[in-house]
Amino acid sequence: MALRLRLEKPWQPLTAESVQRLPGQLGVYQVADAKGAVLFIGQAGARSPFGLRSELQREHRERGDGCQFRVEVNQQYRTRWFELLMVHKADHGGLPPDNAKNPPPLGRLSPY
Amino acid sequence: MDFEPNQEQQMLIEQVRRFVREEIIPLEAKLDPDASELDPADHARLVEKTKAMGLFGIDIPKEYGGPDIDIVTRVLLAIEMAQHRAGLYVPCYGTFGGAGLAQIFEANEDQKERYLYPTLRGEKKAFFGLTEPSGGSDPAGAIQTRAERRDNGWVLNGAKLYISNADRAQYGIVFARTDSSKGRAGITCFIIDSDTPGFHVRRVVHTLRSSHYATELEFKDCWVSDHQVLGEVNKGFAVANDRLTRQRIPYAAGCIGVAIAAHEMAIEWAKMRSTFGEKLSHRQAVQWMLVDNEIDIRTARHFTLEAAEKARRGLPFKIEASIAKLTASEGGGRVVDRAMQIHGGMGMTKDLPLERWYREMRIRRVGEGPSEVQRMVIAREILGSNLR
Ligand SMILES: Cc1cc2nc3c(=O)[nH]c(=O)nc-3n(C[C@H](O)[C@H](O)[C@H](O)COP(=O)(O)OP(=O)(O)OC[C@H]3O[C@@H](n4cnc5c(N)ncnc54)[C@H](O)[C@@H]3O)c2cc1C
Repeated sequence: MALRLRLEKPWQPLTAESVQRLPGQLGVYQVADAKGAVLFIGQAGARSPFGLRSELQREHRERGDGCQFRVEVNQQYRTRWFELLMVHKADHGGLPPDNAKNPPPLGRLSPY
Repeated sequence: MDFEPNQEQQMLIEQVRRFVREEIIPLEAKLDPDASELDPADHARLVEKTKAMGLFGIDIPKEYGGPDIDIVTRVLLAIEMAQHRAGLYVPCYGTFGGAGLAQIFEANEDQKERYLYPTLRGEKKAFFGLTEPSGGSDPAGAIQTRAERRDNGWVLNGAKLYISNADRAQYGIVFARTDSSKGRAGITCFIIDSDTPGFHVRRVVHTLRSSHYATELEFKDCWVSDHQVLGEVNKGFAVANDRLTRQRIPYAAGCIGVAIAAHEMAIEWAKMRSTFGEKLSHRQAVQWMLVDNEIDIRTARHFTLEAAEKARRGLPFKIEASIAKLTASEGGGRVVDRAMQIHGGMGMTKDLPLERWYREMRIRRVGEGPSEVQRMVIAREILGSNLR
């Protein structure tokens, strides 16, 4: 049974309070604008001091209020990150704008 | 047989050891612990160094412009090249270059022009598409991907599973059934360009090797011309048999390299760490773990060099290659496991490379033919043809 390909959890507002409650675990996340258009797909790797919490706190500091986010705790944060980027590219024809500024080397996927 | 490196081999070993310690490990310390790639600028700089060492394209045969490295020396160097965090699956992050898939060396001249030479120049990458959802240990029985004759070519339909690098490759070698009545003698090997209509990389398959994923492929009415048949129709398994058996030997050497690195860490730690007022190294329970590590490493090293030496001399080496793969992957797993135990909690963390080696070493007992299949190969050889 294949895992779910796309992150489909409901969005949460990117605020200081909501990110404070996040687990300090490894995983992946998406940040979107107020309308739900994905701006960035990120990973909380083993070098993040408090995993997803640290990464989303940084996102909030840099972006301020008004964005949304969702996370997935995942030990395989790295391959899952590549997967989410490739699926986004296949679905939307390009990377999210903030990933496109500094794109990692990616393969090509034609997802189900 | 004498497996002590000669003077020239010793020089090369020391050169590669220095390269790993002075170039690879410091860069690796800055990367994510699951990373499989260097920054492109660092990679390019290190490739220049391996070229200057005369070791770039280490697996490319001499007649194709590679350095003249015999398989025994290759094993000794593979043991060194694996001794860092990413070393099992991406020794030295590929800075010694690749040679491509064994089968493509047996392509015809037109195919060599289109695939082999660009691969050797580093312009193209390939994937190896054998395993299917129906099984990989016994591909002759399990392959369900079909290739049917149509419009002066072949139409492929089916799926492949756990295929590494397929999403980043420009082409791949794909095994498909061309005659369903003939079992093993009904499989053909095709070269498939990744942009062929009907070829799809459907998803990432996440495994213990979380640095470097596998993929699932689908072929849906994927038409290729006769020029894409590699070797002869219905003789897919005859392509590059000798080269494939040979590959098991450096594969085993990678496990030995990681085992040595884990063992050295465990020795250092046992000498430093005290519990209940004594160094761990003074405890017999810990000493015995280290002794068992030493035995596993020496056993695997002996059998792997024996296999390499027989291959070098042109003697039969099938049993030896299987024994090497078995002792190195199983023994290597035990060594890493004991090294983690000696490190206690720290051994479980991503601060050390042990946990990555533990996960990746586990795959080695399944990849390139599971342990049981290696034992089956050895049993067939020692019990004779009535078992076949
Ligand atoms: C990370 C990763 C990367 C991979 N990359 C590739 C790739 O690039 N290309 C590719 O083609 N494949 C690839 N594989 C697939 C790999 O080669 C297969 O998983 C392997 O050959 C085993 O096939 P299977 O998984 O279908 O297991 P099966 O064939 O279903 O066997 C299951 C188990 O049964 C046991 N078994 C099998 N036969 C016997 C026997 N005769 N007697 C006793 N026990 C037996 C073994 O324990 C075996 O592990 C990859 C796998 C992994 C995990």
